[in-house]
Amino acid sequence: MKTRILGFVAAAGVAATTFFALFVVPADVNQGDAQRIMYPHVASAWLAYLSFGVTALAGIGWLWKRDLRLDAIAHAAAEIGVMFTAFAIWGGMMWGRPIWGVYWQWEDPRLTTTALLLALYAGYLLLRRLSDDPERRATRAAIVGTVAAIDIPIIHFSVEWWRGLHQTATIASPDRVLNPAAPLLFVGTLLGMLAAFTLAWLYLMVRRYQLARATDAREEARRLDRIVSARTAEAAR
Amino acid sequence: MNALRAEARVAIAVARKDALSELRGRHATVSTLFFAAVVLLLFGFALGPDSTRLAAAAPGLLWLAIVLAGLLAVNRLHLLETDDGALEQLALYPVSRRAIYAGKALGGFAVMLLLGVLVLGAVGVLFAVNILAHLPVLLLTVVLGALGVAAVGTFYAGITVRLRAREVMLPLLMLPVLAPLLLASVKATAAALGGDPFGELGAWLQLLLAFDVLMLVIGLATYGYLLEDG
Repeated sequence: MKTRILGFVAAAGVAATTFFALFVVPADVNQGDAQRIMYPHVASAWLAYLSFGVTALAGIGWLWKRDLRLDAIAHAAAEIGVMFTAFAIWGGMMWGRPIWGVYWQWEDPRLTTTALLLALYAGYLLLRRLSDDPERRATRAAIVGTVAAIDIPIIHFSVEWWRGLHQTATIASPDRVLNPAAPLLFVGTLLGMLAAFTLAWLYLMVRRYQLARATDAREEARRLDRIVSARTAEAAR
Repeated sequence: MNALRAEARVAIAVARKDALSELRGRHATVSTLFFAAVVLLLFGFALGPDSTRLAAAAPGLLWLAIVLAGLLAVNRLHLLETDDGALEQLALYPVSRRAIYAGKALGGFAVMLLLGVLVLGAVGVLFAVNILAHLPVLLLTVVLGALGVAAVGTFYAGITVRLRAREVMLPLLMLPVLAPLLLASVKATAAALGGDPFGELGAWLQLLLAFDVLMLVIGLATYGYLLEDG
């Protein structure tokens, strides 16, 4: 019941802030309406990083405490994180086309880092699907998830360097372009959307966690079933 | 100090075992080298025949060939262990997991180093790049790059070796992690070949070294979990 209320609040918050971002906040002086993509884009990127942080911490927790609930949290966060990463990249591309003139900008270290982030955690999810034994799966996933999280800052750092050691960022990134006409409205909408998206993330996390636990329980029941029927067959022989 | 020396002995023993079985059977090296040669040829077809363009792309092609062939090499080295349950045997030895990882990584490093040096020579010949003029720096880059691929590869091959879809999963997991290594080694190679006009070579080599050290530490710390989960 509490989860359901959380879901409703999150949905209402996302709807309200979307309305604000689309119709209430004035268009950006430089970028026009395209700048409105920034609100969900920044919120998604934040949730992607939050998710992968949770995956790494829960993974370390599993290696330490050996509690499968922690693994379920890591799994839930990774899956939701991949979704928000894809959404952030998609939003960034939709924004880049009118502003930069291209969908993909190799000069932007954040874009290339995020693409690798998606690859890292898509690999994590695929790895999970390939292991049957829950404990082995949890261990492998925990290690891969943690290494990926450690790799992210190095990737970001190296990509930023790779762009050119002697040039500073000149690209107008969305969060650096403030609308001088309505700074308060702008910041308020952005913060509101961050809060609403985070609530939605929390709701998704709870539901995905419950689903993961239910799936684990079913797997365990099937495994016991198989053992019992094998023993019964043995006894009948 | 004595404990450390004992671990080093175990690591060298594991690496020696891999090297011996490699020398006798040549599972990894020959096929990997052949693969790298074919990859270089195909790069030539994809980007050639304009020789200035090929020479400009040479650092990137060099490291792509090394990384792609390295995937095969580290996979082969771990596959050796799955025959006859050798990996379980290895896990049962009353020695530290760290030492086993260090040994496997050392063996992988030897193979990668051989591979890297030969591919470097092949790139010099095929793409008309003057590698002899900058040989010491290029060799240092190859050493650091080979170490990184071996450190990451040993660790990920340990994860995927028991999986059904190992051939797909190993590159899928490993290649994004290797992205910083690829960036740094390509940049260092390009800087070395171009005479380092911007003085950035040292920075890239440092990044490469930092990557190697970090990945080795992660491997040493977590490989034990992987062996136990067999």
